[in-house]
Amino acid sequence: MAIRRGRGVAAINYPTGMNLGGDPSQALVHSTPTGNFMVTLSSVDLGQGLKQVMAQICAETIGVPTEQVIIDTADTDTGPHCMGTFASRGTHRIGNAVVQAAREARQVMLEVAAEALEVNASDLETDGTGNIHVKGAPQKSISIFDTALTAHFKLGRSISGRGMFLVPRSYPEVETGAMKPSTCYAHACTVVDVEVDDETGEVTVVSVKNVFEIGRALNPKMVEQQLVGGSWMGISHALYETTEPYYPSREHGGTDFNEYLMPGPGDLADTEIIVLERPAADGPYGAKGPGEMCANPQIPAVANAVFDAVGVRIDMLPITPERILRALKEQRAA
Amino acid sequence: MELRKNYFADERKDDLHEIGQSRPRSDAPGHVTGKTAYFADRTFPGLLHLKMVRSPHHHARIKGIDTSEALKHPGVVRVLTAKDIPHNLYTILILIQVGPEDEYVLAEDKVRWKGEAVVAVVAETERAAQEAVDKVKVDYEVLPAVFDMEEALKPGAPLVNEFHPGNFYLYDSGDHRKVRFGDIEKGFAEADHVLEQTYASSPIEQAPTETTGCVVMPEGNDRFTCHTNTQAMFFTLDNTSIILQMPGHKLHMVGGTVGGGFGGKVDVIVEPIAILAARLTGRPVSFIYGRYEEMQISSPRAAEKIIIKDGVMKDGRIVARKVTGYTDAGAYSRHSPYGAQKGAAHYPGPYTVPNVWIDTYCVYTNRTPSSAMRGFGVTIADFALEVQMDKLARLIGMDPLEFRFVNAYRDGDMKAHRQPTTGAALIECMQEASRAANWPVAEKYLQMSSYKGG
Repeated sequence: MAIRRGRGVAAINYPTGMNLGGDPSQALVHSTPTGNFMVTLSSVDLGQGLKQVMAQICAETIGVPTEQVIIDTADTDTGPHCMGTFASRGTHRIGNAVVQAAREARQVMLEVAAEALEVNASDLETDGTGNIHVKGAPQKSISIFDTALTAHFKLGRSISGRGMFLVPRSYPEVETGAMKPSTCYAHACTVVDVEVDDETGEVTVVSVKNVFEIGRALNPKMVEQQLVGGSWMGISHALYETTEPYYPSREHGGTDFNEYLMPGPGDLADTEIIVLERPAADGPYGAKGPGEMCANPQIPAVANAVFDAVGVRIDMLPITPERILRALKEQRAA
Repeated sequence: MELRKNYFADERKDDLHEIGQSRPRSDAPGHVTGKTAYFADRTFPGLLHLKMVRSPHHHARIKGIDTSEALKHPGVVRVLTAKDIPHNLYTILILIQVGPEDEYVLAEDKVRWKGEAVVAVVAETERAAQEAVDKVKVDYEVLPAVFDMEEALKPGAPLVNEFHPGNFYLYDSGDHRKVRFGDIEKGFAEADHVLEQTYASSPIEQAPTETTGCVVMPEGNDRFTCHTNTQAMFFTLDNTSIILQMPGHKLHMVGGTVGGGFGGKVDVIVEPIAILAARLTGRPVSFIYGRYEEMQISSPRAAEKIIIKDGVMKDGRIVARKVTGYTDAGAYSRHSPYGAQKGAAHYPGPYTVPNVWIDTYCVYTNRTPSSAMRGFGVTIADFALEVQMDKLARLIGMDPLEFRFVNAYRDGDMKAHRQPTTGAALIECMQEASRAANWPVAEKYLQMSSYKGG
C-alpha cells in the first residue's frame, strides 16, 4: 500500500453566450452636468464584478477614467432589457451594448466639444484622462467637465447613447443539426498532478496548472479571481460533489455546508493561472466569456491523473474514495 | 496569474487606457465591510413570511388537501393552493417559444418529485408559517416512481409528466436533437480501433452563499416591487406576468448584488407566489429559501449519461465520433431541453472529426427538477470527452497531449454543426500548458498554430 502519483491533462473549448443566440442585452449611457457618465442596465451582478467591468468598458469607449463612470443596474423600472447573467454572456453581450451606447454618447460629446473649440468633431480625440483635444494639437483642448457643462447649459444637448447587442437566433436544421451555436469560443488546457492513497482511495490534488484563452482580460485581477475560483470548483466537481451520494437511493443528500461535500481551504491545490488573449472578432475589446469554461477542464484532468496514478478508470462523477477502492479491488481480482 | 502576451500579438493592439488595467472593484470595500445591501436586507413594517408545504413522495396522486388546522394556527394570515394561482401551469422558456408549459406553481392533481410545492402558508412570523406548514394535511396515493433515464424511456415506464409522453422532450427533430456530419459507419469501418465507453454524473448543487429568495412590497399605486436575487430580471418579470395574469407594468423587479448564482437563480420559482401572496394580503411578503431548500429543493445540475464511440487511426487521427447523451431533467423541463440541445452543439469537442453522429436526449424522471448550472450542457460533456481522449491516446500508444494536437481544430476547419472554425486557440493553450507543466511534446506540435493552415 502506497501513495501513488499521477498526472493528467485535458483541453476544452466553451461557447460565449446563450446557445444558438437570440439573447439580447441593452444599455443606456448619459452624462451628468459635470461630465460623469451613468450606465443604465437591468443586468445582474452575481458577485463576479459585472459592474466594474461595464464601468471600464464605458470609460475606455468614452475616454474618461473608470471612476467617472457609475453603473445603475438591476432595476426593471429604469434599466433597459437584459436577458440575464448566465451562459458566459455578461461581459460579451452586455459589454457590447455598453460599447455601442458609449460610442453614441461619445459622438455627441465630441460634437459639443467641436462647437466649443470651433473645429470639426472628426478632428478631435480623447486623452483617456478626461480631456478632448485636436489630433496633433494637444494645446487646443477642452475638458470633458467643461464639455458637459456646455452641452447642458449652453447648447441644450443630451450627451447620451443607446446600445443594443443581439446575436440573431439560430434554429438547428432538423435532420443534420446544422446550426450556429455561438460566435466565439474560449479555450483552456489544464494539467493536474495528484497523489492517490491506494489503501484509502483518497485523492490529494497536488497542483493544477491552467492555461485559459479568453479573448481579452478586460480587468486582469478580476479575471484571475474568476479563473481561480472556477479551477477550485472544477476540483470540487471532480472529487466531492453530489446531491445524491447513495443514488439510486434519494436519501442522505447534503442539506447544508457540513453535509454537502466540497473542498475546504486545506484541500485546495497549488493553482497556477496563465492567460492567453486571442481577441474575439465580435467581443467588446475582444473579450470572450470566461465565467463557465474555467471550471471544466480540471474535472477530466483529475480523472486522467487518477488513472495515471493507480491504473483505474472512474467514469462516474464524483470520483470518490469508495469508487476508487472498489475499482482497485476489481483490478487486483482481475 | 500570468498574461502571456506573446501569443496572438499580431491580432491585438495593446493601446488601451482602462481596458486591461486591474482597477480595484468599486464594490469590493462594501463586500468586505458588510455594507453591501442584499435583497434580504430589505425589511418592511408588517412583513409576512411564506413557507411551503412540500411533497414527501417522489410520485403521488393528491386525493385531498385540508388546510383548516393550518388556517387556525396563530399568526397565519393566508393559505394558498393551486386554485389561487391565476395561470398555474407554466414553463420558464415559453418566453423564447420553448414549450410546452409543463409545471405547476402549486401542485394540482399530482406531485412528481419529492419536495414539490403543494401549499403555501403566509404568516406573521417565519416560525408561525413553519408550524402551520406542519398542520396542512395532504392525502396522497403513492404512485410508482422512476429514477433512471433508461428505465424512464422504456415502454410501460411510469409516466412522469403528462405533457411529455414517453418521458422525453419532443424536439422538432423528434425525441432527441441530432447532428449528422460525414458518414459515421464509413468512419468506423476505416478506423484501426473503435472504442465505446459510457460516462455518468450525479446531480450537483450550485451552492451559492446566499440562498434564493425575494421580498415583495405592494406599493400604493397598485404596483408590486419585488426585491429579488434572480440572475435575470426581465425573465422573472415576464414569467411572473404570465403566471399571475398581471400586466407587466404592475411589476417592478429590483436586484442588486447577488451572493452567488452559478445558474441556480435562473429559474423563476419564488417571485410569482410571493407577489401573489402580497397581492392577496395587501402586505409585504418575504419568501426566502432556507439552506435545506437551497440544497435539496432548488434545481441542481442534471445527472447525465454519455456514451461515446470513437474510431481512431494508429497515427492518432479520430475518424469517427458518435455520441449519445442523456440529460436527466427530473420531473419538469425548466431549462433542461435547452441544456441537452447545447450539448448537441458542443460535441465532438474542440477537435476536427470528419464523421460525426450526435444524439442528445432530455429525459423526465421523478428526481428533483434540474436546471441551469455553470457549464450547462457542457461540463459533463467535457468530462466524458476528455477522459475518452486519454483512453484513445493510451489505446494507440500515443502521448495524451500530443494526441490532442493531432486532432485539435484550427481556423477554417468545418465543425460537425457545419460552422467553419474561427478564432481557435486550443493549440496555443496546449503549447503553453506543455511549457508551464513541463510536459514535453515533439517540436512539430510546438510549431503548430490555430491559424488557417497552421
